[in-house]
Amino acid sequence: MSPVEPWVVLAFSSAIFFIGLYGVMVRRNIIVILMSIELMLNAVNLTFILFSRQLNDLSGQMSVFFIITVAAAESAVGLGLVIAMFRTLRSVDTDEIQLLKG
Amino acid sequence: MIALNPYFFYFFAGLAIACALFVVLKKNPVASAFSLVVVFFSFAAIYAMLEAHLIAALQILVYAGAIMVLFIFVIMLLNQDGPSLDLNRSPLYARILGGAACLGIFASFLFAFKNATLITATGLFTPERIEAAGGNTQVISELMFSEYILPFELTSVLLLAAIVASVAVAKRKRMESEP
Amino acid sequence: MLAWIPLFPLLCFLVNCAWYAFGQAPRGKEKAGALIPGLIASFSIFASFLVSLVLFLKLQGLEPEQRIINQSLYNWFSVANLHVEMAFRLDALSAIFSVFITGVATLIHIYSIGYMSHDATPGKYFAYLNLFCFSMLMLILGASLPILFLGWEGVGLCSYLLIGYWYADTLKASAGKKAFVVNRIGDLGFLLGMFLIFYSFGSLDFEAVRSIVVGTAHGEGTIHGVGQGTITVICTLLFIGCMGKSAQIPLYVWLPDAMAGPTPVSALIHAATMVTSGIYLVSRLNFLYSLSPTAMSIVAITGAVTAFFAATIAIAQTDIKKVLAYSTVSQLGYMFLACGVGAYTAGVFHVITHAFFKALLFLGAGSVIHGMHDEQDILKMGGLKSKMPKTWLTFTVGLLAICGLPPFSGFFSKDEILWQAFSSPSGSVILWLLGAVTAVMTAFYMTRLYSLTFLGTPRFSENRPHTGAKVIPHQSHSFPHDGHGHGQSHESGGVHESPSLMIIPLQVLAVLSFAGGLIGIPHFSWLDHWLETVIPTHHAVSSGTAPAMEWVLMGVSIFGAAVGMIFALKLYSNLDLVSHLKTRFAPIHKLLENKWYVDEIFNFLFIRPIYQLSLALWKGFDVAVIDRLALSLGWMSERTGQTVRVIQTGSLHVYAIMTLLGLIMTVGYLMYGMA
Repeated sequence: MSPVEPWVVLAFSSAIFFIGLYGVMVRRNIIVILMSIELMLNAVNLTFILFSRQLNDLSGQMSVFFIITVAAAESAVGLGLVIAMFRTLRSVDTDEIQLLKG
Repeated sequence: MIALNPYFFYFFAGLAIACALFVVLKKNPVASAFSLVVVFFSFAAIYAMLEAHLIAALQILVYAGAIMVLFIFVIMLLNQDGPSLDLNRSPLYARILGGAACLGIFASFLFAFKNATLITATGLFTPERIEAAGGNTQVISELMFSEYILPFELTSVLLLAAIVASVAVAKRKRMESEP
Repeated sequence: MLAWIPLFPLLCFLVNCAWYAFGQAPRGKEKAGALIPGLIASFSIFASFLVSLVLFLKLQGLEPEQRIINQSLYNWFSVANLHVEMAFRLDALSAIFSVFITGVATLIHIYSIGYMSHDATPGKYFAYLNLFCFSMLMLILGASLPILFLGWEGVGLCSYLLIGYWYADTLKASAGKKAFVVNRIGDLGFLLGMFLIFYSFGSLDFEAVRSIVVGTAHGEGTIHGVGQGTITVICTLLFIGCMGKSAQIPLYVWLPDAMAGPTPVSALIHAATMVTSGIYLVSRLNFLYSLSPTAMSIVAITGAVTAFFAATIAIAQTDIKKVLAYSTVSQLGYMFLACGVGAYTAGVFHVITHAFFKALLFLGAGSVIHGMHDEQDILKMGGLKSKMPKTWLTFTVGLLAICGLPPFSGFFSKDEILWQAFSSPSGSVILWLLGAVTAVMTAFYMTRLYSLTFLGTPRFSENRPHTGAKVIPHQSHSFPHDGHGHGQSHESGGVHESPSLMIIPLQVLAVLSFAGGLIGIPHFSWLDHWLETVIPTHHAVSSGTAPAMEWVLMGVSIFGAAVGMIFALKLYSNLDLVSHLKTRFAPIHKLLENKWYVDEIFNFLFIRPIYQLSLALWKGFDVAVIDRLALSLGWMSERTGQTVRVIQTGSLHVYAIMTLLGLIMTVGYLMYGMA
């Protein structure tokens, strides 16, 4: 087969991104929403790596390095919030978070 | 030009897309979590194919090894490991609308990617020179502690803040004065 | 030097204000003393008097054509062609006015120290008096119409402040308001006249306008392009201002109500000074009035009718100050009658003598009120001759002066007016007749007042309950009462003579009322001579009048005055006859006592429609339209908030979808919007 064109990789990356976006919009379980966000971040990482390879510039890989780190921190804090929310609401359903309504 | 082996790439890409769909479509959160782990592994493989060896290793170590473990811990802690039917589905119209919107934008992105012209490579880090300098890890480490030292330090501060924040948010508050 | 005349009262006004604000008001009622502010005020006016006297004597030493002192302080404003300077002008007319005004004012200030000794806020009172004197002097000494108008408005303001001095009583406050509003109506006429003068002559300075008018030959159709009709309009408009300020028909209604103020205020403002500013204006602009026979006849007729009308009302009044108020209106009518027939000098003469004897009468009335512990109803007085002898003596002098018996001052001035009304080319027999009948009525009602107050037997109990509150007479209407508060330390019961601080000014004024006529003896008149530079005199006599008529008319007026006095004395020594006559002529008496119902007529014609209109505008427009408009803005923002609130569902998913929508729009615009 012919070598993989760059746009194929980009298309794959955006597919993962939009799958993650769909998950954020549709799922009601807060933990699954957080997982979908991780999917989106990974798609972006792939784009960075691809272009770093394309342009022979390592700053793409450096960005990925930091994105991974920040994503880790964000997951930690986010899951802490989920635990706090669970204590009050006794559920992880996002539809029950109504305090800011109106 | 990238020298990507098409067979390996399509295999891992297909696996990743399938497991990503499992993540968003499965009812059981544990199933979603494990699917996500497989997605991370596929991504690591693709990174390695794209000559980003350190990142591939870090992907497995941090994402699959630490973050997903944390996710599983929390799922178990909150007793969410059974399939939760009422937590699964949004109303039908939301799903249709959301799916349509995502597909639509994806289509436009596809169109844009296909018709874009790639810019010429301008950087200095050609694969030969990276090989000559001691490999991907070596070069990245050297870069990290010279050019990117400031973001590095700031990231460590960020991690410290995240530690403190998650402890403060998640800890069980002692019943003090009033209920 | 000239500027010091108004400057002294202004400075002492500021000093008294500071004294009142910082010294007296914090200390409260118990420690309020009238001596210090009173002395400050009196000294300032006395200083003005001395300066006026010095400048007057200086003017006397000059040649007649040069008897002018000008002083310009600074340029007040200049707009296009109009240049107004803060300038003062002392010529023959303003010199004589300023001398007698500051002199009488000094006496009244000294009197006030005694009269207001028990008042709660004398500092404020003397501050107002000083401000008034400053404004009056500005009026007199102004070199141009704007400066005169400055003083005109200032005296109106001070009149309001002083009439409503005891403002805690709503009746008194309303009296002050009435004075101000009615004055304002007159001021509209004044302003319009001023505008027209500027439009016609291009300047507002007295000397400039005079030289324009006088320099052009008479007898031609227009002067400087200004037609006869315009001059008539100017003179009438200015006279409307005089109607307001000098209480002529129909704008006299404020003067009787103004008796709500303290008696020295009535003496100063409403007898001697403010009300004479109208005559000053007309005399100052005599060159304009002489050009318009129509305007002059308006002035003369209004004056004569007012004199007659006010005298009829005075016959039936029972408040001592009201009688004097209507008497003032009547005498002012005389003065305008004089100006209207061209005898401006006679008008000025009567101003001066009237200042003396009317101030004397008012201050005497104040002394009576003070001695009777705030009683003002003459039906409750009587027999005060023995109890208040000094007041009685001075009041008698004033009475004889106003009735016009020789050799008192009032005789000379009133007689000159009547003679001029009869004989001047602009006069007529009818005007003289009105004036003569009014003179008889004046003698009658003044003697009636005198008799009921001082003669006969006392109609009050000796030990009157000393309340300090106002005693309402049984025939009162809206009765502004002069209630100067007596402190509880006063000895109760007995009617007593007033302290010498109050008696000495009375005595000085009595001397002046007696001897003041000497300046205007007919055919030897020093005053005529003196005022020639400002008021060119012409002793023209209309054809058909023999010069000997003058002596005949003099005899007629003396005879009439004597008849009036004797009739009143005889009638009021027999009080049963009086009440019998009152019941017999009850309808006429009622009409006169109720002032010909003028106030009620004005209320019906003018005040109630305006009130209804304002009520309708308030409810129909202000509340309905404007308030709704303003409130609707708030209502709109509230509704907008309620509507937009829907977006905040609190649901995570909705927010995510919103973000996606935003992303779509942005990407779409970036990708395709620029194409």
